[in-house]
Amino acid sequence: MASPQPRIGVITYPGSQDDRDALWALAALDAEAVPVWHEERELPDLDAVVLPGGFSYGDHLRCGAIARFSPATAAACELAADGGLVLGICNGFQILCEAGLLPGVLLRNESLRFVCRDVRLTVERDDLPFTARCAQGQSLVIPVKHGDGRWFAPEDAYEELAANGQIVLRYDEACNGSTHDVAGVCNETGNVMGLMPHPEHAVDPLLGSDDGALLLASLVDAARARAAALA
Amino acid sequence: MRATVLVRPKSGILDPQGDAVETALEHLGFSVSGARVGKVIDLELDASDPAEAKAEVEKMCEQLLANPLMESYEVEIVG
Repeated sequence: MASPQPRIGVITYPGSQDDRDALWALAALDAEAVPVWHEERELPDLDAVVLPGGFSYGDHLRCGAIARFSPATAAACELAADGGLVLGICNGFQILCEAGLLPGVLLRNESLRFVCRDVRLTVERDDLPFTARCAQGQSLVIPVKHGDGRWFAPEDAYEELAANGQIVLRYDEACNGSTHDVAGVCNETGNVMGLMPHPEHAVDPLLGSDDGALLLASLVDAARARAAALA
Repeated sequence: MRATVLVRPKSGILDPQGDAVETALEHLGFSVSGARVGKVIDLELDASDPAEAKAEVEKMCEQLLANPLMESYEVEIVG
């Protein structure tokens, strides 16, 4: 008998754009994908939650600065504190940094241009709930589309993160001017990750690449394991 | 009572907007050796005590108006 589908929520903020693609991708990868409205203070019994891309609250003030105070973000923070899995994609990454769940901050691209193209990434860690289906050093092609994707951390903080193994993905070539070409990071305990590229847009060869499915399927696997462990 | 908050990119942080402004000013013939772009936030407050108002606005800065990783802020209470 197949093990039950893990329940993975996707938060929709006002201005989210990639929530439905994320729901579709997770369902295609055999998760029960659960839409979560930003006003929901309690998450409906989820094993993991995804904060999707877009422009939450118009990205006013700073990207993610307003969404950080959403009831659903508070619920996601509680899930993370409880050991649950939280993945932030693009705007979701910005929100998690503003919320202090992830280190660093996302700034305007160095070029001042919106960058929208496939990029090649290298996987730095393959022992995380988000990367277990990848191999360390593996090259992935996943699209980016952002104007404020320059991940920044001061040099001493970066060195500490690198030593802790919190750098998960790196661009193979300069993409937006981010510190040491970092594309994705995780928290100290490895149950929260954020990345600027969009794995939900790369889950089928028809879309140009299905490398994003490796990341999302890893999340589905880990959420299934967590559901089984808690059952 | 009014407060004006100045939010600046911290020194040492690359500010491409400032660089673009500097280049544009140079193209116009101005002599500029540095430009940084921040933002101004004007607030209308119900407070009556300037010191209390300032403390309150500083709390706003720490919680929302500025991100201490990349920005510094200055609060001025006017009238």
